[in-house]
Formats: sequence, structure tokens, C-alpha cells
Amino acid sequence: MQKSLHIDPGKCTGCLQCESACSLENEGLFNPAKSRIKVFTFHEEGRFVPYTCTQCDEAWCMQACPVDAITLNPENGSKDVNADVCVGCKVCTIACPFGTINYNASTGKVVKCDLCGGDPQCAESCPTGAITYIDSDATGLDKMRAWASKTDNAGA
Amino acid sequence: MRHVIIGAGPAGVIAAENLKKLDPSGSVVLLGAEDKPPYSRMAIPYFLVGDIEEEGTYLRKSADYYASKGIEVRQTRVSSVDTASKRLTLADDSTLDYDKLLISTGATPVKPPIGGIDLPGVHNCWTLADAHKIVERATPGSSVVLMGAGFIGCIILEALAARNVELTVVEMENRMVSRMTNEVMGTMIKDWCVAKGINVLTSTKVGEIQESSSGKPLKVMLDNGNTIDADLVISATGVRSNTAFLGDSGIEVRDGIVVDDHMQTSVADVYAAGDVAQGRDYSTGEYYVQAIQPTAVEHGRLAAQSMVNGHKTAHRGTVNMNILDTVGLISTSFGMWMGVPGGTESESVDKEKFKYLNLQFKDDVLVGASSLGMTQHVGAMRGLIQTAKPLGEWKERLMSDPTRLMDAYLASAQQQSADLSA
Ligand SMILES: Cc1cc2nc3c(=O)[nH]c(=O)nc-3n(C[C@H](O)[C@H](O)[C@H](O)COP(=O)(O)OP(=O)(O)OC[C@H]3O[C@@H](n4cnc5c(N)ncnc54)[C@H](O)[C@@H]3O)c2cc1C
Ligand code: SF4
Repeated sequence: MQKSLHIDPGKCTGCLQCESACSLENEGLFNPAKSRIKVFTFHEEGRFVPYTCTQCDEAWCMQACPVDAITLNPENGSKDVNADVCVGCKVCTIACPFGTINYNASTGKVVKCDLCGGDPQCAESCPTGAITYIDSDATGLDKMRAWASKTDNAGA
Repeated sequence: MRHVIIGAGPAGVIAAENLKKLDPSGSVVLLGAEDKPPYSRMAIPYFLVGDIEEEGTYLRKSADYYASKGIEVRQTRVSSVDTASKRLTLADDSTLDYDKLLISTGATPVKPPIGGIDLPGVHNCWTLADAHKIVERATPGSSVVLMGAGFIGCIILEALAARNVELTVVEMENRMVSRMTNEVMGTMIKDWCVAKGINVLTSTKVGEIQESSSGKPLKVMLDNGNTIDADLVISATGVRSNTAFLGDSGIEVRDGIVVDDHMQTSVADVYAAGDVAQGRDYSTGEYYVQAIQPTAVEHGRLAAQSMVNGHKTAHRGTVNMNILDTVGLISTSFGMWMGVPGGTESESVDKEKFKYLNLQFKDDVLVGASSLGMTQHVGAMRGLIQTAKPLGEWKERLMSDPTRLMDAYLASAQQQSADLSA
């Protein structure tokens, strides 16, 4: 059974542990600006929404890449950027209708969530259970994907 | 079932992969006219910079990839298509029969009507062969004149600047990338490039190029009376779809090969995709040659689906979108970035920090956007445009502060998933 990140914004308190853990794991330093998961703050309603790649099946980023730098990880279903191959053209960043693959000007490459190779640190570090890594069927991710798949012209 | 694909760029390769996936027992032949493995034109700038070797531009990296997928790749030009007998004639006069044909032959640069355009040292920047010639002449300190500051011109500009050449850009429009920027944004891009030491001449034309015996090998005469001595002139003044070989095949060609919403041409069992195809534009509903990588890929996939599964779901068109890096300043444009009649616009400008965001609405739906200096979550603009999600109260919030785009996106995306579960 494939697992996915399940995000429940209702439980998020905006503590940003996930951003710190992500940047530490992937960039080797505590720098939320470099995190692949981002917590959005809705001040009006006092609400926090953690947001990252859903590893969607369509994988627009992967399809659009001109040099085959994004590949499917067969183990956990993540779509991973191979930084050695990426030329930094950024086409994937406009192709992704979720806006979850982003250009990092300091490296000249793009970054996205790769589920930390199957042990996502954001979920690990989240103290409230707002981010969990669970069986895909239970995540409600399908609905988000269904919404996004309106972007798919072929309509499946 | 034999599927034949003419053209081994991104559209052709994605189509070949999808054809094999959907019809494993069918045969797939992929024909390309260049003596290179299938490669991506848009990786050429990174080859020019020296970030990658030629191999880095290849669409798929391992040498036996196509064979391992059961895709037969042949390097041969197609010289004509007979749609009545479903037969292609190849450059060596041999023939090849097809059951279903995909034309993905891309485009070729147009030659501006200028004296001296065929002189040695005047090149396009379109193929790997061009790129090798440019690398030879664009050595540090050499003088390079780039004709055209359109999308492709500006991409090459970045690569040339990185080669430390003395660069002059000559553009006849009043701004850079006029097809993806309004005047405010185009002017900001120009100001940025000038600040980076690039000589940008807008509203200027090259009149003639001459050979010169003193100093630099070329003399570029401008319509403002000035001349520039150059080692290399690069012409990036637009492209035209490769359709000449279609002759009297009966396949309808306007700006490109006209395709319907299943990517089929005017002739049954013949499909077209990518830069050569004039397909539906999502925003206008009109048929238009977009000539961008994401569209080539989407066309290739859609064509393969129609070729194998038949004409099931009409596709609603591709969103025109671009992202450009001009010496470190990143700009994007999506859909109707120039606005629509009766629409409203929201704009945020910071000329000092080179930041700009412009959103275009029809009622409370985002229909277009353009940005400068933004790298995070830019794809959400595509998402909002293509899902045409009514923004409700967020429309007014975005009118007063367009930079809250991502908040609006999340609020409406989540609203939508609640709608779906209800
Ligand atoms: C320098 C440069 C930078 C670019 N940067 C970007 C960018 O940043 N973003 C973006 O979206 N787009 C960019 N583009 C455009 C992008 O590369 C094209 O949109 C894309 O390559 C189109 O793919 P295609 O498969 O339709 O055609 P092409 O890639 O042009 O492939 C056409 C294929 O057809 C073959 N062919 C042609 N005629 C025949 C024939 N008669 N018989 C057999 N084969 C034939 C050719 O050899 C080639 O293999 C760039 C282009 C260039 C040149
Ligand atoms: S930025 Fe890198 S990963 Fe993204 S499309 Fe370009 S080469 Fe591929």
C-alpha cells in the first residue's frame, strides 16, 4: 500500500516545526525559507495551512521537463528531481498547477518534496498530527487530485 | 498497427512513449531529421553556458532507452506524405507505410530579409548544430549582436551574457519580449539587462550585415545610422512551422497544421502536435501556434491517446505560458496576461526591487497573469486559470493586494475539495 502525506489544516497551530525539519533534512540547515513544505497563514481567520506536493499521478512537472531530470521513485511514488541532470530551465515550475515545485536561485535548480525517501520529516516533526504519513486511500488526496485533474485536458 | 511519428523533438518522444504504453503490441517508428539522438531545443542555452555537455540536452539519457521501450528511432528526413495510400517517402527515396501518422516536425527560424544574412558568422540558435557554431565564435570578449529580443532571443541572451561576450541586442519593438509582457514589465526587464551591462537597443532594426576586412569580421548597420563591429551575429527573429514537405497531401495548413480537439488534422488518421500544430488555445478558444515546450508535451500525449483510444474527450485547449530568466531576473506570463474586454486588472509594481505582479480577471475568475521576480508557487497561476475557479470574496482581496494570490489559491482549492466531498 502506497502512503501519502495527509494534511489536516484544522490541527495546525502554525509552529513551523515542519518547515524547520524539512530544511534541515534537505538543505542541512534550519532555514524555513528553504523548506519544501510551506505553512500559509490566514490572519483574518487565524488559520494555518501546511502545503506541499501531492505527488500527483499526472506529474505535470515530470512530463514537461525537457531533460528527464524528474523521475518516479517506484518505492514511494514520489516524483524526484535529480539535481545533477536539472538545467534550471524552470518549465516545470509553470507546468505544475499546484505551484509545488519551485526554483532555488542559489543553486540554479528546482526543488520539490520527495517524501524524504519514504520517511517525511515534516510528518515526523509535527507535534499536533496536522501532517501524517498514512495509507493513500485514507488521505482525501483523491479529492484534491480530482480538483487538479480539471487541469488535465484529456479528462482521463 | 503501425504508428509513425515524423519529428523527434519533445512532442514526438512523449507521443512515442504514450503510444507504446497504450498500445504495447503496436509498432512505433520515430523519425528525426537531425543526426543526433532525440534532444530538447530548450536545453541548448545551458549547453551554450557550458553547464552541460551535448548529452545533457538529450530527451532521454541512456543510449538503449528507445530500443528498450520498443520504439524504433530513425534519423532520416521525410520528403513527402501521400495520405491516400498512407505512405511516406524518405530522403533516400525509400518508402514507409503507416496506419496512424503523427506530424511533430516543429519549426524553423525565419530568415529576416536583410542583406548579408547568409554571411559566415551569422547564425540562428535553433539546433545543436547551430549551438556548436555559436560556441566557436562566442568566446570571452568577442562582440556579439543578437537580432531579436523575443522569447527565444531573451533566453539566448542569458546564455551569451554568461559567456562574457560584449553583447548588443537589437529589437524592433519598443520593449523586450513584447509577446509576454506589457510595457511596464517589458521596460523593467530592459532596465535590468542594461544595469547588467548589456547594450539593449529597442525600436531599432538591423539594416544590413557586411563583411569587413579590418578588425572584426562583420559590420552590422543599424537603421539609426550606427554600426557595430561584430564577431558573431545571431538571428532570433521568429520561427515558422515545418510544413513544406506536406505539399499536396491535402493536410490543411494555416500558420501551422490545423488540428481539431483530438489533435487530428483535416485528414483522417493523421495527427499533429507541438510547434508545428495550430491547436486550440485554452483562453481564447481560437486555434493558435503556441510553440512552447509544455504545449508540445501536452499535444504529444493527447495525440497518442486519440491515436490509440479514438476520439473520446475533446480537449479544451492548452494554456499559453512562459517563464524566462533574463540574467537572473525571472518573469512569467500565463493565459490572457494582456487582459480581456470587460475584465478587471490588479497590479503591484516595485521598480526598485524589480518585482511585478499583474492579475487579469473576467468577473471573479483569473484568466491571465504575469510576474517579475517571483519564483515561489508560480504554477498556481496556471492552476487557477485552467480550473477557472470562481474566487468569490478573494477577488476583491486580490484587487487590493495581488500578492495574496497563493492564499486565494489555497482557499479556493480547499473549498473545491469540500465541494467534491459534499
Ligand atoms: C534556444 C531555444 C530555447 C527555448 N527555450 C524554451 C523555453 O524556455 N520554454 C519553452 O517553453 N520553450 C522553449 N523553446 C521552444 C521549445 O524548444 C519548442 O517549443 C519545442 O522544442 C517544440 O517541440 P516539438 O517536438 O514540437 O518540435 P522540435 O523540438 O522542433 O522537434 C522537431 C523535430 O522534427 C524533426 N523534423 C523536422 N522536419 C522533419 C522532416 N521533414 N522529417 C523528419 N523529421 C523532421 C527535427 O529534426 C526535430 O527532431 C526554446 C527553443 C529554442 C531553440
Ligand atoms: S527546471 Fe530542472 S527539473 Fe524543472 S523542467 Fe527544467 S530541467 Fe527539468
